[in-house]
Amino acid sequence: MNTRTPLSFERFRAIVIKEFVQMRRDRLTFGMIIGIPFIQLLLFGFAINGDPKHLPTAVLLADNSQYGTSLLVALKNSNYFEFVREVRTESEAEAALARGDVQFVVTIPENFGRNLLRGDRPAILVEADATDPTATGNAIASLQTLIKSALQRDLTGPLAYLAEGEGPVNLRVHARYNPEGISQYNIVPGLMGVVLTMTMVMITGLAITRERERGTMENLLSMPTRPLEVLLGKIIPNIFVGYIQVGLILTAARLIFHVPMIGSIPLILLVALVFIIANLAMGITFSTLAKNQLQAMQMTFFFFLPSILLSGFMFPFRGMPEWAQCIGEVLPLTHFLRIVRGVLLKGNGCAEVILQLWQIMLFAIIVLAVGVKRYRKTLDE
Amino acid sequence: MMDSLAIDVRGMTKRFGGRTVVNGVDLQVKTGEVYGFLGPNGSGKTTFIRMLCGLLAADAGEGACLGFDVIRESAFIKRQVGYMTQRFSFYEDLSIAENLDFVARMYGVSNRRTAVRESIDRLGLGGRQKQLAGELSGGWKQRLALAACLIHNPRLLLLDEPTAGVDPKARRDFWEQIRELAGQGLTFLITTHYMDEAERCDRLAYLSYGNLLTRGTVAEVIAHAHLTTWSVSGPELHALARRLRECPDVIQAVAFGARLHVSGSDAQRLEQAIAPFRTGSHVWQNISPGLEDVFIHLMGNAKDNFSE
Repeated sequence: MNTRTPLSFERFRAIVIKEFVQMRRDRLTFGMIIGIPFIQLLLFGFAINGDPKHLPTAVLLADNSQYGTSLLVALKNSNYFEFVREVRTESEAEAALARGDVQFVVTIPENFGRNLLRGDRPAILVEADATDPTATGNAIASLQTLIKSALQRDLTGPLAYLAEGEGPVNLRVHARYNPEGISQYNIVPGLMGVVLTMTMVMITGLAITRERERGTMENLLSMPTRPLEVLLGKIIPNIFVGYIQVGLILTAARLIFHVPMIGSIPLILLVALVFIIANLAMGITFSTLAKNQLQAMQMTFFFFLPSILLSGFMFPFRGMPEWAQCIGEVLPLTHFLRIVRGVLLKGNGCAEVILQLWQIMLFAIIVLAVGVKRYRKTLDE
Repeated sequence: MMDSLAIDVRGMTKRFGGRTVVNGVDLQVKTGEVYGFLGPNGSGKTTFIRMLCGLLAADAGEGACLGFDVIRESAFIKRQVGYMTQRFSFYEDLSIAENLDFVARMYGVSNRRTAVRESIDRLGLGGRQKQLAGELSGGWKQRLALAACLIHNPRLLLLDEPTAGVDPKARRDFWEQIRELAGQGLTFLITTHYMDEAERCDRLAYLSYGNLLTRGTVAEVIAHAHLTTWSVSGPELHALARRLRECPDVIQAVAFGARLHVSGSDAQRLEQAIAPFRTGSHVWQNISPGLEDVFIHLMGNAKDNFSE
């Protein structure tokens, strides 16, 4: 046989057959090939919405004329605003925005109706949580026309003149926390969470599978050791790696992107510790489930994909349907993003942070418990 | 005294799926003994050893290892056993000293630094202690593995094919060390495929497809087999062997270097069977069978219970 032909059909065929056989043996990879497009379709097709509606809004209503009510009805009918609560004071409104309970606060001031009829162009104040400019952009853009057409119906006959000119109302929009709507302010702090999610889960994801693949696991198991020692022992050193990343990103955020840092940096560092541990615990648990390093990588990817898409990093969290928000609420990244944006841009303190932080802690504890339970003390499958 | 048995287990059984890999094996090893564990690949030697030190959970069986319950007290057994895996299983990206230090810490060795230093000196690894384990040759890796297994002063060493892939000189040194340690009261259970190593053991057990076929001293194992063996030399031994194998009274005809070992279980009938071939240029000699003849015989008789 001539071995110098560029392509021997027999050899080519042999390799194709071998590849198919190996593909069939590697179930998880095959599952990925089916699962990834399915998940992507589901997420991009149904979950992601760049034009979020029904944004939770608080109202501070100090006037009970029909005009104020008309305005609120118009806002509600636009579908952008959903009134979820009424607040009585400015500080109450402030707190709701800081915690992220509401996206907007609409204030209709005292004597609004009277001043309107006098032609004084009373102010109506809309405060928006603009940490994520894309989440509020469309709603704010719609306000001016909404208000104008809302009052058109009430201002008829002798009052019609009020609707002329600049309009009957002086609309004041406060884009809070990020007045210029700079998206980097939102993305750069968020990136810290994204980078940590990817690298921390992967690093420990490989930790135990590597021992198995290299054969050192057999040795480790023959020594007197407890699962928690191995798992924690593999988690701790990577906390330093995580902090290096946090330091890099915070420095870049400050020096290159000039992200405002209103809140406490030590608080961010403390939260980062919990978040890093949660992700490392996730990774180590994947490591106890995966048979080899490739599978651990695949599991990391499976975790990373929803984290980046459903956490509110890439797309507004409130734009997603409820089921997607439920998944998002489970993910540590969702809560970490809220904390980091809250502390850096809003100047939030411990009180607001703890509302999100306990959920990350809970995640870490549950995941680590699964890892300890799944960790095999023997070589039995 | 009960403690005179380092290993005393009965009915040890392990199944993987539907296959019985170790089938009710009994084993008694005396303290200070070097016990050889033989058998073809896949016969269950490694699985048996892993059950002894708690690396695999036994499906059935009972008994004691170093006085601890072999099923329930594996945590205690692990502290006093050194297990040398078949494949090098220390960290290739750690240096010799770092590996030893790690193991010493894991076992909570007191005077760790001294123990590591002494271990390095004893091995003659002094000049290489900073070298990464992954860069070592097979013989040095084996020395390192043995040193690491000894660092916590175990009472029992389980060595799984410790000399596979090691050159003859290193093997010789290795066995000298084992003999010396056994003299100090350490007990060894060693698996091997080498006949010369099997002959160095105080006692042997032969495992095949999970069943323990024979055990005892070398002489006992050979005697139990009841083999009569003839050694043949001369031309065209390969063709001769083929013809001999067709005789019903010839159990086996196996090449040993430039000679052929022809064995049968009945001396008289074997002699009759080979009579027609004892002509011409071949030189026939009645010899006492060796371990290898016996093992090949045992292997030939065993049934493969793994095939479906």
